[in-house]
Amino acid sequence: MTVAKPVAANMPLPRRRKPVSPVARLAATPVLAPVVPLLRAVVPPLLGLLAFLLLWTLVSQLSRGSLPGPVSTWASARELFADPFYQNGPNDQGIGWNILMSLGRVGMGFGMAALVGIPLGFLIGRFDFLARMTAPVISLLRPVSPLAWLPIGLLVFKAASPASIWVIFISSIWPMILNTAAGVRAVPQDYLNVARVLRLSEWKVFTVILLPATLPHMLTGVRLAVGTAWLVIVAAEMLTGGVGLGFWVWDEWNNLNVEHILIAIFVVGLVGLLLEQALVWLARKASFGQEN
Amino acid sequence: MDRFVELENIRKHFDTKKGRFVALQDVNLTIRQGEFVSLIGHSGCGKSTVLNIIAGLLDPSDGIALCNGREIDGPGPERAVVFQNHSLLPWLTCYGNILLAVERVFGAKESKLQLAARTEEALALVGLQHARDKHPHEISGGMKQRVGIARALAMEPKVLLMDEPFGALDALTRANLQDEMVKIVEKTGSTVVMVTHDVDEAVLLSDRIVMMTNGPAATVGEILSVDLPRPRNRLALASDPAYHACRSAVLDFLYQKHKREAA
Repeated sequence: MTVAKPVAANMPLPRRRKPVSPVARLAATPVLAPVVPLLRAVVPPLLGLLAFLLLWTLVSQLSRGSLPGPVSTWASARELFADPFYQNGPNDQGIGWNILMSLGRVGMGFGMAALVGIPLGFLIGRFDFLARMTAPVISLLRPVSPLAWLPIGLLVFKAASPASIWVIFISSIWPMILNTAAGVRAVPQDYLNVARVLRLSEWKVFTVILLPATLPHMLTGVRLAVGTAWLVIVAAEMLTGGVGLGFWVWDEWNNLNVEHILIAIFVVGLVGLLLEQALVWLARKASFGQEN
Repeated sequence: MDRFVELENIRKHFDTKKGRFVALQDVNLTIRQGEFVSLIGHSGCGKSTVLNIIAGLLDPSDGIALCNGREIDGPGPERAVVFQNHSLLPWLTCYGNILLAVERVFGAKESKLQLAARTEEALALVGLQHARDKHPHEISGGMKQRVGIARALAMEPKVLLMDEPFGALDALTRANLQDEMVKIVEKTGSTVVMVTHDVDEAVLLSDRIVMMTNGPAATVGEILSVDLPRPRNRLALASDPAYHACRSAVLDFLYQKHKREAA
């Protein structure tokens, strides 16, 4: 709660002048006033990006051309994105295909992890016995680098694509299990008391109380899982090959096309950012004004 | 019915890490049908524990708790609870929160239309028709508490249990809600048990005030009958000597006989 200080109303303002920032001075002119919040929001990130580009240019100059600068990368990117969906055989496809294939694998592995992990998280959160039972296995397996699971995937599935889906599955299942379970445990006792007084059925308790109360935690788990999955897919595809961003990076390294590697880095970053933002938005929709 | 709610030799202990903590000892209390009883005492005296035992949310360690001649076995909608912090489900609207309770209690016997009518009626009882489609985070604390009361009343409980229902509200809102509560109780004739630490609130609303001694092993210290005529009016009572007599009796109990050492 904010309470205005009553002192300010009838006391003379201190004489000392505060230094006025240029933005504040702009805000004082009536015409520009509505633009100021926009400027405040846009200017710092733009400056940051500009500084980054400058640094990049500097490093590329110092490297005497072995690292391409922003300008040549931009030119290469325009060429690349002019035709994103061409297909010249299995190892030479447009950037669009690469992105879609990677996203598809993440979606598959991640979706299966959600199907298994979220119900499992609910059970673990609801039944203490199950939590104690699964705790040692989860604690043991969770810190393992997802890529260590790749050989197992290759062994079982005998193909590259399902193996990388498997790696995504295993890397994204832990945050979903753990966050869902934590969410179920954090359901306020008050809500459960309401359920007890009303003698709601177990199903009604689940749909009306547990599920919506756990949703914000669950979505945090989903967000973390997507983040990891997207980190892991590039590495997994580098190792397995086929079509996909990771493989593309490795292919362009073999071709010594550094511009394309840089473009891939930006694309991976951008897609990751979009995935994250979409889930943050979803989480806000699902929080119903609860603190999260 | 003279012995509608009956507590006989209730004892309640909690097993904590530091050993056994006896919260209540030898609590005996009978409540008539249609009576408004307040439980008052210093914090930590176990008054909420008594309420939770009647609600069935806690089991007594020893002794018998009866409601309407039957042993209290777990919580149930015939003993509706208004929780201290409203406990509305944030993802349901005000209407939805009340409907959830109405559906559970009357859903088996009544049509959808009748259930909707009951829900609207409950909202109207606390004067919140305008907030029907709002979610709890969009309304004030007093309004949330009113929805909580409406939800409990809509269940047509045999006993309405209120755990410091107005404790979290500012003084003005609290007074308004108390006045509304006076009217609602007069209209519905409900049996009410209310936990409070507000002396004025207890005197204004109650037929009897149960004063509890300090814990551990708290018990019923004294019971005061408030023989003020109803309908009661806050302003008229302010100059009523009988009101002040009741008030000082409670204050005397709390601050003379069972003064709590400052922690």
